[in-house]
Amino acid sequence: MNTTAASTIERPSALSRFFAGLGLLRESPIGMFGAALVLFWLVMSIIAPILPLHDPLAALMPFQKIGAVSPDGLTFWLGTDDKGRDILSRVIWGSQRVLIWASLATVVAYFFGMLMGVAAGYLGGWWDEVISFIGNVLLSFPVMILYILIVSYLGASGINIVIAVTFASAPGIMRIVRGLILDLRTRDYVAAAQTRGEPALRIMLVELLPNARGPLIVDACLRLGYTVVAIATLGFLGLGLPPPDPDWGLMIKEAVPLGSFAGHMMVIPALALSSLILGFNLLADGLREISLRD
Amino acid sequence: MLILILRRLGSMVLIMLVVSIILFAIFETDKLSVAGKVLGPYSSLEQREIWLEKNGYNQSFWTRYMIWAGNAMRGDFGQSLQLKVPVSEVLWPRLANTGLLALCLFAIMIPMSLCMGVLAGMKEGSFQDRAITVFSVLTTSIPEFASATLLTAVFVFGLGWLPGTSSMTGGFNFTELILPVLVLLLYDFGYITRMTRASMAEVMNSQYIRTAVLKGLPYQRVIMRHALRNALIAPFTVIVLQLNWLLSGVIVVEVFFAYKGFGKLLLDAALFGDIFVIEACTLVAVFVAVASQFISDIGYTYLNPRIRFS
Repeated sequence: MNTTAASTIERPSALSRFFAGLGLLRESPIGMFGAALVLFWLVMSIIAPILPLHDPLAALMPFQKIGAVSPDGLTFWLGTDDKGRDILSRVIWGSQRVLIWASLATVVAYFFGMLMGVAAGYLGGWWDEVISFIGNVLLSFPVMILYILIVSYLGASGINIVIAVTFASAPGIMRIVRGLILDLRTRDYVAAAQTRGEPALRIMLVELLPNARGPLIVDACLRLGYTVVAIATLGFLGLGLPPPDPDWGLMIKEAVPLGSFAGHMMVIPALALSSLILGFNLLADGLREISLRD
Repeated sequence: MLILILRRLGSMVLIMLVVSIILFAIFETDKLSVAGKVLGPYSSLEQREIWLEKNGYNQSFWTRYMIWAGNAMRGDFGQSLQLKVPVSEVLWPRLANTGLLALCLFAIMIPMSLCMGVLAGMKEGSFQDRAITVFSVLTTSIPEFASATLLTAVFVFGLGWLPGTSSMTGGFNFTELILPVLVLLLYDFGYITRMTRASMAEVMNSQYIRTAVLKGLPYQRVIMRHALRNALIAPFTVIVLQLNWLLSGVIVVEVFFAYKGFGKLLLDAALFGDIFVIEACTLVAVFVAVASQFISDIGYTYLNPRIRFS
């Protein structure tokens, strides 16, 4: 966003525009609820280091029920798992881990997706043909199969998950951006920029892309949710972020065989994951509702 | 129409071609690693060389690709490394099992989500619309393995009504299908419902429905004879495209419930490094995805009279 450009009308600062945008969200109760859920996990994951939690990796007492107190006075608010690790601490640290990797993966996917979409939409011709074909090929894979192929081929690690998410998400982002750019490129300000002799790269990145941001914010919100699901699902399938650091998907995978006598071990991470995804989806719904209104 | 079909068919074939080349290039460019996977990590270099020579791996990349693709089209995907049987012997029964799961799912999901979508879209903004929309967002937001976990906790460990695994070890057992189908249903029905709702709402706002209402037709007749026909075109596309999503979801559900289907086969192969099974499963999955895209495109064009007659 071009905030440094000289203009006669004073433009509100990025921060105040951000809060004005949040204020708009007040009109959508569903969106507010979603934002609250996302914000809850965001805050939890940020303040995890200063919360009075047990060490998520420390083996304390195995199979404690919810709210159990150990003889030496430790309280396990959400119980402990089969290895005696505190579940509350693992869920909160797990949220930090999944949010960091999901954001990173979404940002990288957006970087490539937007680049491809802008090039396809603005340059047209062969660029469009080739980029769209690559997108179609990647989109013809069922998403989870693409994830499994890439991660099992490259090996399970955070970086490889980012690569897999990029391959799976960038074509979808490309399609959206391409559609938006096809519409925007006919606007007068693009013609003006062309007449001024601005290079194509500058027109694409400075004139066109910032103006396509509206629908992209909604999409990014949804996609962040999908990415969290993807990371957790890969963890569940045994292809996720490597243990022993807490990972929601892996926690569920490990807990399912023990479900008959330690049900809380599997239910708590499942609820945590569901609430975060619900938050993203409702937030996206609210944002879309508001953007359609005006 | 014919030109459209041919063009779509052409792009479908092209995509399959590119996907198969990519797959082959990823898994079989490095000949020695293929031999290492087949003969095991303790095989000597000479053994691997002999195996490569015997199995025709010392030809050029494209010759090998042509042979491989020709075999694959005849249903011969080679020998599974993990199961020690021809891939086709496991692939088709597994696919049939997944097909059974999908059949049960669609048999329940299509009538249910169409009904709910029509009910919601009939009166936009009404209580039933709000309730159905919120419910479908809620269920779609819960990832499959999370809802599988929660349902298992309630129905298997809590109430003890249903079996927690669906491996069908004691022969076919209908109760073992209930939870997998329920999980997929909860996750997938919301999308079709919302699409149907949007389509129905759009139709209900159109001129010809207003005309039908104003001319005094009974409400039921307006819905059944006039609105539904047009409102169900868009959901048709979505239902067919849902197959692509199903292939993703089915992996998680099959792994969770240990159901012996296509998705579990693929994941086991991926974890083991069973390259020939991975290749076969991916080709089949992409074929299903591309074919469903083709059917939905053609079907949409055929069903929509505005396109069909122009």
